[in-house]
Amino acid sequence: MASRGLSRRPFATPSLLRVPLPICTDWYKLEKMGLFVPALATQVDVYSIVIAIGGVAVRVNTTDAGFLELMQNRYAGFINTPACVECDFDVELGQLRFADPSADVSVTQRAGQWFLQRGDFYAEWDPATGHGSIRQTANPYSIDAVLRIVHTLVLARQGGFLLHSASAVRYGKAFLFAGVSGAGKTTISRLAPADATLLTDEISYVRKLDDGYVAFGTPFTGELAKLGENTSAPIGALYLLVQGHENRIDPVTAAEAGRGILVNMLFFAEDQEMVHCAFRAACDFADHVPIYRLTFVPDARVWEMIG
Amino acid sequence: MNKKIYIARSPRIAARMLGEEMLVMSGQGSTLFTLNPTATVLWQAADGATPLEEIVERRICVEFEVQPEEALRDAEALAEDLAKHGILLISEEPISGRPISHEANSKPDAPVQVTR
Repeated sequence: MASRGLSRRPFATPSLLRVPLPICTDWYKLEKMGLFVPALATQVDVYSIVIAIGGVAVRVNTTDAGFLELMQNRYAGFINTPACVECDFDVELGQLRFADPSADVSVTQRAGQWFLQRGDFYAEWDPATGHGSIRQTANPYSIDAVLRIVHTLVLARQGGFLLHSASAVRYGKAFLFAGVSGAGKTTISRLAPADATLLTDEISYVRKLDDGYVAFGTPFTGELAKLGENTSAPIGALYLLVQGHENRIDPVTAAEAGRGILVNMLFFAEDQEMVHCAFRAACDFADHVPIYRLTFVPDARVWEMIG
Repeated sequence: MNKKIYIARSPRIAARMLGEEMLVMSGQGSTLFTLNPTATVLWQAADGATPLEEIVERRICVEFEVQPEEALRDAEALAEDLAKHGILLISEEPISGRPISHEANSKPDAPVQVTR
């Protein structure tokens, strides 16, 4: 008889909730429990900034001018004032007593509300109204993580996703280069020729629009520490990166393509519906976009094969 | 006398046939599974109403040219393995409810199935 018939491929996405944190639906419970110490407010003015990535605008409100400046610098090029804002977050800064930046992230849904939690932040978001709140320590990594999570939730329902991949535009098309840490995303980004526009060296933003799949630039940087260009292009191909001793492009099976997307997809939610959405998004993408395995040596000649 | 065993695709996962392989995804542990041809046949036939013995006789023995008794033993073990991972439901009674379909190929609007 044939084998048991099961092979396991663990996702390369961050693992889900496994931290002993209290799940609170009320901010003030955290304070009563002595787990959140709000920073003293020195100003009553509320500053707002709209960060638009991939056409999805998120407004962030804060009473802290320093934090506002931090966001302005971090997301420069992606700040504007669109007519429509998808999400609206109030940020309160403070110290979380259980802060552990290395703790796993938890993204759960209850009664239509999303709850995002990690050692350095706690956020709630109502997708129906778009409004949410964030409590975090005063650092850019927390707000960055919240933004990534929120964008994955928004995109999933639209057939899009965030992918651990570099991407660049050349000849009017976007090319994505997917792989986990160390696969060569930053390397291939560094080797890009002058006529290529870098969208990101770390997290690609993929949307499913009426005309097909489009990749957008993001401010989510990797080792290159360089913001992507705030532009977009139809996706020409996705390359699954493999470092090797030659430059070559090989076809992959449909299943390999699907796996290649799923293991590189940013996905956080412990939610059945979201699992279905993310899976469908990956499979649909694999059906419509050419996907190849790209073996390359770390020199610029690899780009001669792209496009 | 051996009791009849019924298997059904779990409603808590997502699955799709991509090329020749069945990919199965579950939010539990964020794990992706690939089913080989035997497991795929079992999976596709798991409607909750057909006894496993009958699935083995009609689908697996015919397709893979194996003896029924041996095939049934292996199928039971496979079904238990899949159930342990939450991909299949196993019962000694028919598993009632709406028949759960799966995406054979790219059908963007079809509901994804299979939970683990």
